[in-house]
Amino acid sequence: MANHEVDKGKRRFLIAATTAVGGVAAVSVAVPFVASMLPSERAKAAGAPVEADISKVEPGAMITVEWRGKPVWIVNRNQEMLDMLAKHDDKLSDPKLDVKSQQPAYCDNSTRSIKPNLMVLVGICTHLGCSPSPKLQAGADMGDAWPGGFFCPCHGSKFDLAGRVFSGSPAPINLVVPPHKYLSDSILLIGEDSNGAA
Amino acid sequence: MKKQILWLVAFAFSLLITNAVANEGVKLDKAPIDAGNEASLQRGAKMFVNYCLNCHSAAYMRYNRLADIGLTEAQIKSNLLFASEKVGDTMTVAMQKKEAKQWFGATPPDLTVEARARGADWLYSYLRGFYRDDTRPTGWNNVVYDKVAMPHVLWQLQGQQILKLDEKTESHTLVLDKPGSMSPAEYDEAVADLVNYLVFMAEPAKAKRMQLGLIVLLFLGLMFVVTYYLKKEYWKDIH
Amino acid sequence: MAENKLQKYMNDGLGWIDARFPLTANIKAHLTEYYAPKNFNFWYFFGSLALLVLVMQILTGIFLTMNYKPDAELAFASVEYIMRDVSWGWLIRYMHSTGASMFFVVVYLHMFRGVIYGSYRNPRELIWLFGVGIFLCLMGEAFFGYLLPWGQMSFWGAQVIINLFSSIPFVGPDISLWLRGDYMVSDATLNRFFAFHVIALPLVLLGLVVAHLIALHEVGSNNPDGVEIKKHKDPVTHIPLDGIPFHPYYTVKDLVGVSVFLIVFSAIIFFLPEMGGYFLEANNFIPADPLKTPPHIAPVWYFTPYYSILRAVPPILNSQFPGVAAMGLSVVAFAFLPWIDRSPVKSIRYRGTLYKKWLAAFVVSFLILGYLGTEPSNIWGQFGAGIPLVGGADRATIVARIFTAVYFAFFALMPWYTKIDKTKPVPERVTE
Repeated sequence: MANHEVDKGKRRFLIAATTAVGGVAAVSVAVPFVASMLPSERAKAAGAPVEADISKVEPGAMITVEWRGKPVWIVNRNQEMLDMLAKHDDKLSDPKLDVKSQQPAYCDNSTRSIKPNLMVLVGICTHLGCSPSPKLQAGADMGDAWPGGFFCPCHGSKFDLAGRVFSGSPAPINLVVPPHKYLSDSILLIGEDSNGAA
Repeated sequence: MKKQILWLVAFAFSLLITNAVANEGVKLDKAPIDAGNEASLQRGAKMFVNYCLNCHSAAYMRYNRLADIGLTEAQIKSNLLFASEKVGDTMTVAMQKKEAKQWFGATPPDLTVEARARGADWLYSYLRGFYRDDTRPTGWNNVVYDKVAMPHVLWQLQGQQILKLDEKTESHTLVLDKPGSMSPAEYDEAVADLVNYLVFMAEPAKAKRMQLGLIVLLFLGLMFVVTYYLKKEYWKDIH
Repeated sequence: MAENKLQKYMNDGLGWIDARFPLTANIKAHLTEYYAPKNFNFWYFFGSLALLVLVMQILTGIFLTMNYKPDAELAFASVEYIMRDVSWGWLIRYMHSTGASMFFVVVYLHMFRGVIYGSYRNPRELIWLFGVGIFLCLMGEAFFGYLLPWGQMSFWGAQVIINLFSSIPFVGPDISLWLRGDYMVSDATLNRFFAFHVIALPLVLLGLVVAHLIALHEVGSNNPDGVEIKKHKDPVTHIPLDGIPFHPYYTVKDLVGVSVFLIVFSAIIFFLPEMGGYFLEANNFIPADPLKTPPHIAPVWYFTPYYSILRAVPPILNSQFPGVAAMGLSVVAFAFLPWIDRSPVKSIRYRGTLYKKWLAAFVVSFLILGYLGTEPSNIWGQFGAGIPLVGGADRATIVARIFTAVYFAFFALMPWYTKIDKTKPVPERVTE
């Protein structure tokens, strides 16, 4: 068979070149397949920002809209409810909003909102994903010390009217405030803010 | 022997290709498709939304895909979106299929991929082939699609054609009986825009596909060269 | 020193595996110490290419299944969803549709190699039979897959082919009903065809391919000269004198074949995915309509030769069954080759002119029947009414009948013309 000197250097170079080109080819082919599993245009369209008419929400009342398959609560907090917010920091796990990821920068304030009275929250418990029940009125069947908020029936987590989690709850962090902005005094857009669509 | 076989295969293949290209039945005019002409595509999109989308749906086409022909989301919203549609929605139509069948005798088909089913030339000839025919329920007939249930939606632009029988050649020709708001040349151009858009809508990825193809083929050319030299080097052992 | 340590770890690792799994043993037996004839030519690329296409179809198929909906109301829309809304969906779809046609191109060329070099002859009959099984499975796989887009061609093609089964005497209509799961091709049919296409046949196909390769490696490959390389081995090493290790020589050569194939494949998917209507038919962009048959139904190009034969055979005793039987026989005929070929030589290089003429006639018949199958039978008009025997008949049908006869004669007469043919002397060793 071989009756000549095998040029090992050349072979090593050619193998390296082929491997490199083949590697690029393999990655290039893999990219479209992997990318195809990302949300499709249909999923993105279904997950597009949602408009909510807040003109009819009475003070002390709340409406729910759906965004990306999740309930989003819009609570019109009255003055009484707002006054209560500052009074129970010692009972909260994260009163100063140290976990920054749970709200946009423009809601990193004492009311966790853009407009003081209107609270926008994703109604999914940060424990294991159940949707908590609204218990907006102070006291009632939650006991005299209850300032108003949300109670999750699955494992008993409690949140205040700014979505902040009470200590002792199985839920570790505050409820998520979604990106949102006001298109007018009556129209709230959920899922998009000045940084663009979520 | 092998050479003869290869010649036979080449001959057979050429038969197949000519067959694929050959036309059957009605003579069709060549549609002047210009896939790169964004202005034409945008005019066509506007025509489609204004004239066609009332009866025909384009249920697989999303409004926001029109960004591919150079429209911004704002332009799409202001010029092409009506009613409560959102820019991420598909071009569905309000008309119910059952009602459409009652009114027209046939359900207006969804047009998203019509250009791939019929071909651009057919669509171009069809949209310019309507003529007045009082024997038909709509009052219109079409030289490309005989006894079509669709009325001539664009008649105000084209005007009204009639079929004139040429005594000598015994053939029918289309003649413009009453002019419309566009001259024949303008109308042809408008229809070309519309068909251009329909071709785009049938396969929005086409432009990207061809661009990518060039890069892929160049890369594969490189891969061929590298693998060829690798093979040659190893096969020195054998020869 | 560092390199030695790495090598040591790798060797230890390999040793751990080898003590529990015959990895190195198999690499040697099937790659580095598996000896293939050194004179493989162009015709020998298509086996590895077929394997490549199989892997590609499975890969693209998996990703299509992530988004395709096997429901009569949703299927057509789901394909357009893939083409438009799924990132890169159009590419995956075109790879799959082009891959299906390329599978048949490659397989037909692979079969042709077997025919011209006598690769089906003793001791390789079983490789050939597994191959015929693979071919039949492939035809089934393509047939079931073609219904899935639920276009007009999908629907009516399936309707026609399933109705063929009704012509089987006595049990025909029941078989068709059982296949369809309904009185007409419907959602029930679509769902089960999906099951057949996505899992049942791919499993069978994979099994047959493995069997095909095991049988091949048991006896070793044939070659363009039809000479058995195992007849002349080195007295010391027992390696066939005309054999070379598959790895690295044929792995490296097959890479070049793969590069060329990918160039052709990519040119098609990126520039001509419809292939003039042969790979993606125009009518299939119209959703299936059970009430409206398209004016011109034809099967996909790779089925057309057999379809031609089906149409060419006239009804006998009011039954279409003879045509169906002829079509079935035309495919299965390949299985008989190892036993009807009575020539003392394997390869066409050493056969006489009789065989070469018959083979040429067969190839011409195959191609012309294939072309005719794409067209309606009245494509060439009719013979004048007054002409005896063929008067009034479609010209294309008569031509199809003639070439059907030639097609079958190639097989039927083979025991005779291969026996009497004047062959050339076969060399002892392979020629370059």
